[in-house]
Order: sequence, then C-alpha cells, then structure tokens
Amino acid sequence: MKTSLSHSKVKVGDQLPGLDIPLTRTLIVATAIATRDYQEVHHDPGLAVERGSKDIIMNILTTNSFVGRYVTDWAGPDALIKSVKVRLGAPNYPGDTMKMTGSVTAMEGKVATIAIRGANALGDHVNATVEVELS
Amino acid sequence: MAITREGMTVSQVQQELDADKRVFYEQLQGFVGLQIGPPQPAPDEVNIPMIRHLVEAVGDENPIYLDETAARASRHSEIVAPPTMLQAWVMHGITPRSNEGDGPYEQMNRLLFSKGFTSVVATNCEQVYDRYVKPGDRLSMTTTIDSISEEKTTGLGTGHFVTTRQDYWDANGNRVGSMLFRIIRFRPAAKSKPKPPRPAPATTHDNSWWFDALKEGKLLIQRCKGCGELRNPPHPMCASCRSTEWDSIEAKGTGSIHSYVVTHYPVVPSFDYPLPILLVDLDEGVRMVMNPIDATPEDLQIGRKVTVEVHKCDADLSLPFARLAK
Repeated sequence: MKTSLSHSKVKVGDQLPGLDIPLTRTLIVATAIATRDYQEVHHDPGLAVERGSKDIIMNILTTNSFVGRYVTDWAGPDALIKSVKVRLGAPNYPGDTMKMTGSVTAMEGKVATIAIRGANALGDHVNATVEVELS
Repeated sequence: MAITREGMTVSQVQQELDADKRVFYEQLQGFVGLQIGPPQPAPDEVNIPMIRHLVEAVGDENPIYLDETAARASRHSEIVAPPTMLQAWVMHGITPRSNEGDGPYEQMNRLLFSKGFTSVVATNCEQVYDRYVKPGDRLSMTTTIDSISEEKTTGLGTGHFVTTRQDYWDANGNRVGSMLFRIIRFRPAAKSKPKPPRPAPATTHDNSWWFDALKEGKLLIQRCKGCGELRNPPHPMCASCRSTEWDSIEAKGTGSIHSYVVTHYPVVPSFDYPLPILLVDLDEGVRMVMNPIDATPEDLQIGRKVTVEVHKCDADLSLPFARLAK
C-alpha cells in the first residue's frame, strides 16, 4: 500500500505537485452521471447552448471530487479530509485543461490547511480550501 | 436640481428605491431558517458500484475506496466512500423534479423572480465531514435556508446570494456531514456596449424636406396645391388629382392607434425588444408609422388616443414618437 505523508514532514509553504486534468467531453459527461447529476448543461451540448452556455460544463460535485483526489494524491490513503470549501469561477468546458496547484497555508497539530487553485484557459475554475488530518 | 416626470427630485426617487429594497430584503429574511421540504432519503445505501463509477471517472486511485486489503490497513479498517461524494448519495437522478411545489424555497424563488432576479449561478460549496460514510450506510438529507444577502452587484449582475444548508444523516439519526451551498439569484447585467445609432431613413429629393423639418422639431404633413388633399409619406404627385404642386401644414400632434405590430425578430441592435411599431391615424386624416414612447406592448390598444412628440434620435435624425394618452 502506498505510504501516507506524515504531518511531521509537512510545513507551511510546502507546494503540492501540480496535476493537469484534460477536460474531455467523456470526462465531463461520465463524472456528471457518476454523481447522478442529470442536468442537461452537463451532458447535452445543444440544450447547454440554448440555456446560454458555450458548451456543456463540469458539474460542481465533480469539482469537489477532483479537489478531494488532489489532496489525497499528495497526502496518501491515510489522510482524513475534514472539510472542503470551494469557490467557483470560470466553467470547465470540454477541450480545455484544468491545472491544479496547491500549497500548505496552515498546520495545527496533524491538521493541514491546503489552498488549491484549479485554473483553465478562462481563469480560475475553482479556489478551494481543504482541511486534512495527516498521519 | 434634476426633476423627474412625476415631479420628484432624483434624490427623492433614490430614497424611495432604497426603501423598496429594504422592504424587499426584510421580506426575504422571513425565509431564513425555514426547512425546505421533508428529509430526503438516499435512493440506495452507500455502495461500491457507485463509488467505483465515480473514482474511475475522476481517476482517483486512493485504494481505501475500492481495495479491501488496503482499506483494512487504513485508519478506517474498512472500505469508505470518498467524502466529497457526500452529495451524490442523495441526488434525485434522472426523473425530473416538479417545480410546482409551494414550499418556502419555491415561494422565496417566486419572490426573487418577481423582482427580475431570474438568473442563477452557484458560487460556493462548503462541506464539513463528521465521518466518512461506508457501504451499507443509509443516508438522508435535510435542507434549510441558511442566509439571504442584501442586494449585491457582481460581475454577473445585481442580485441576492442565497445560502442553503444541507445536513446529511445516517439511519441512526447521527449527522455524517453538512454542506453550505451558495447561489446568486441575479438580474443579468445590461450589456455595456453602447447601442449603435438608429438606421438612417432613406432620404431623397422628394422626402428630405420632411426629415429636415423634424430636425427643427416640426411634424409636417404634405398638402396638394391642386385639390388640397393631405398625404403621407411624402411623395411627388397627388394620387387624387395628379398635381405635382404641393406645400405642407404642421400637424397638431394628436391621433389614435390605427394598428400596431410587436417585433421580436430579427433583432437590430439599435432597438430594445420586444419592439412595438404603430400605425397612427393623425387627426388631420393621414397615417404615420412611429414607435411609442414609455409604453410596453401590453399598453397598446387599437383606437387608443396618442399625442405625437418629436424626439432627437441622434445628431442627424429626429423622428415622431407616440405617447399614449392617459
């Protein structure tokens, strides 16, 4: 099993490794359906355009899932996510790439606070703050 | 001091608007704290197939979500669901949900809609986890209206932030997590691009005198010098006596709506839509095409009295407009 990051190895200012998410149409549709989100704007390009969007867009539940994944990719399987707070911005459209970056902004005991940015070609798709208890 | 048509000063109008906003805000605050509908049960217990679909789709390789051995070795000692999947367990799925309810949420939305706050965008989502849920957990969700902001102007437009709070419960009534979900219900910002000027009318030797008079604020009607008949639009020969001699009289500026159309399409960027276009019977006996002023399509009625005013459209163009009589 992959080893988990110990809190003793982490300090404020540490950068998380970057993660690029290619935003394929398949990804946007598959994640919407996997989260049981059947709003047309997440899978039907024609209706998305009719409702004023340029194309289909990633749903919020998936943004949350990527934020969670990004933290445990770095912290390992024994990390315990306590909270995920996201502020939403530019939509994730198919064909774009979301570049995720993050850094440790606070450490309190074993609990690290991580600031995460997921940026696409239009700007910040998401700014997130995650509290995670490390091993 | 700037005076509006109703005789109030601009600052009086502003005070009235501010008072309206305060009353509306107080009305909205009446919804804060109310629970939206009964607890919503998850259609299925927390289960591995749904976990697999999602972690595969987002490429999450954390083994505690699917690999029993790894999960047993972790702090959880058993397989758990990704915490960020919390919302998914209670999603209602593909069946359209009725929007016709009359709960506090629908009432609040109708109230916001009535003030033109018709668009909606989600802005924030904050989840706090009391514990990770695991296969077999049977969840339900309760929702309350957590807060409603004062009127705010953002890049999207002007509106109110509405925050709902979702609490997620297990079968024993213990909370497993909660979420604050914020949306803005807003009036879309007016397009900042200035409207292009109104298309210029096609003027010729035979009608430019009529447009020139409008520029001086005068609405003229062409009159045949042979038989005295009035005619509009201007043209070179009398249809009754074939005289090409003519002069003009100044219209009194009163009349009534003979007919009208309301144009929705095609959209010409110089105009606001829906765009009413009137055919007005002037009391002198000729008809004239013009737009109404300060009127919506609902105000229009065949036969309704109008007064005709000349207004400047741009430096080179003035036109007659119809104001509906009270």
